[in-house]
Amino acid sequence: MLQSTDVAKKLRPSPAVRFRLLRAALYWVGFAPAVWVFYLGFTNQLGANPVRTLEQELGIWTLRFLIATLMVTPLRDLTGISLLRYRRTLGLLTFYYALLHFTTYMLIDYRLDLQAIAADIVKRPYITFGMLAFAILVPLAVTSNDRMVRRLGSAWTKLHRWVYLAAAAAAAHYLLVVKSWPMEPLVYFAIVAVLLAYRLGKHLRRRRRRRPAVA
Amino acid sequence: MLISHAPLVRPSEITPRDVYLNRRSLMLGAAAAGLSAAVAPQRAEAAQLEASPSPLSTDEEPTALEHITNYNNYYEFGTGKEDPAKNAHTLTTEPWTVKVDGLVSRPAEFDLDDLLKPVTLEERIYRLRCVEGWSMVIPWVGFPLSEVLNRVEPLGSARFVAFETVMRPNEMPGLRAFFNVLDWPYVEGLRLDEAMHPLTILAIGLYGETLPNQNGAPIRLVVPWKYGFKSIKSIVRITLMEEQPPTSWNKQNPREYGFYSNVNPEVDHPRWSQATELPIGQGLFAKRKPTLKFNGYGEEVAHLYAGMDLTKFY
Repeated sequence: MLQSTDVAKKLRPSPAVRFRLLRAALYWVGFAPAVWVFYLGFTNQLGANPVRTLEQELGIWTLRFLIATLMVTPLRDLTGISLLRYRRTLGLLTFYYALLHFTTYMLIDYRLDLQAIAADIVKRPYITFGMLAFAILVPLAVTSNDRMVRRLGSAWTKLHRWVYLAAAAAAAHYLLVVKSWPMEPLVYFAIVAVLLAYRLGKHLRRRRRRRPAVA
Repeated sequence: MLISHAPLVRPSEITPRDVYLNRRSLMLGAAAAGLSAAVAPQRAEAAQLEASPSPLSTDEEPTALEHITNYNNYYEFGTGKEDPAKNAHTLTTEPWTVKVDGLVSRPAEFDLDDLLKPVTLEERIYRLRCVEGWSMVIPWVGFPLSEVLNRVEPLGSARFVAFETVMRPNEMPGLRAFFNVLDWPYVEGLRLDEAMHPLTILAIGLYGETLPNQNGAPIRLVVPWKYGFKSIKSIVRITLMEEQPPTSWNKQNPREYGFYSNVNPEVDHPRWSQATELPIGQGLFAKRKPTLKFNGYGEEVAHLYAGMDLTKFY
């Protein structure tokens, strides 16, 4: 007679299948806010200034996924919980949201008025920072597949450290777009600052260990 | 294809509890002011105002009431655009007094009713351009500020007018925030000739009814050729002075917000362009339109700034 645990064991998907299922779920959940906000936009439910709301929502979700991506390492270091296998998905969600945010700005807000956009990039620090962050995310997304990881080897790790600069630029982009100092951009800026400081601290400690001070 | 969902009940039709409770006093106040205080059967929250049309109105299509009353900058009630509509119901606007003092022969503290007694209300449909790059068309109900100033008889030495918004931390959540986004109370100022200009009004209503709190009830300034933040809300004090008064946004960031703050597409905000504006309430695919110098009121007001370098006096 079969024990119920045996049945469970038999029905339990292999780790590889489970990973794929969870990854698919993460994509579905991850894209839900974008689907929702575009639905509200196209059905005229985004209030008085829908373009601004759409841009802001997509931008904030970009920052949220970027923060989630950057939290994978400290989470593992501090709690032992490893979401390392899902980091690529989180990173790609960050890129897709950045792409939607960027496209909304280019197509819906500025209607491809390239002259005005170019002037913005040169003259407006918040646009400069935003474009910089996006420009960094593009090569990171392109090189995120297994083939590129293998091909680039240690250069891949170096290349993907640029995400730190992208995070700093994205947080500054949000801070500079608003009047005065409202709470939300400051909170996001602080979270990004803490995550980057954590990396810097880890890096410095490691270097000190490698090169012990001469007594 | 755009599908427009009209909500079953417009937010403006829902009476906030406080307003409902204050309705009686609001009606009495309006009646005492000698206004036609007929309250529309469906719209219990606001008193109707009788106002004559003005030749100074634009013939552009006004922005929907829903947007005018749900997309506001009134940081005393939060920095989000929809925060004032959510939070401003806590403001008590009855009774209300406005102190007019400083360099005048007859300083006075007016009850709002007394202030309104001698005036004739007009509807002024004005363009409003926010410094953030969006714009509306708003049918204000009000009267020229000059009428109040003339009543208190400015002295010859008076050159500027300072304005102050009510400051009530217990009624204004923005004043109880973790830290102050602005130095409270909110203050604004005009040169005396700007204040006396016929376009400059004190508004007490919009769309033919008393102002909702989030739009600056019970009485606010409207200066249509300047960025919106100059049009100070919920005024409790007007002071005539010799020196240029401090103004809130200028104190917060003098490089970005000047004393004059005339709408000017040629002078950019240091962080963004002022060349174009997004009209509010025209959906996701609304087209930005070019911003006009002095917000299109140049013919009436450009002479006030003759000979001034507007890139320096921004």
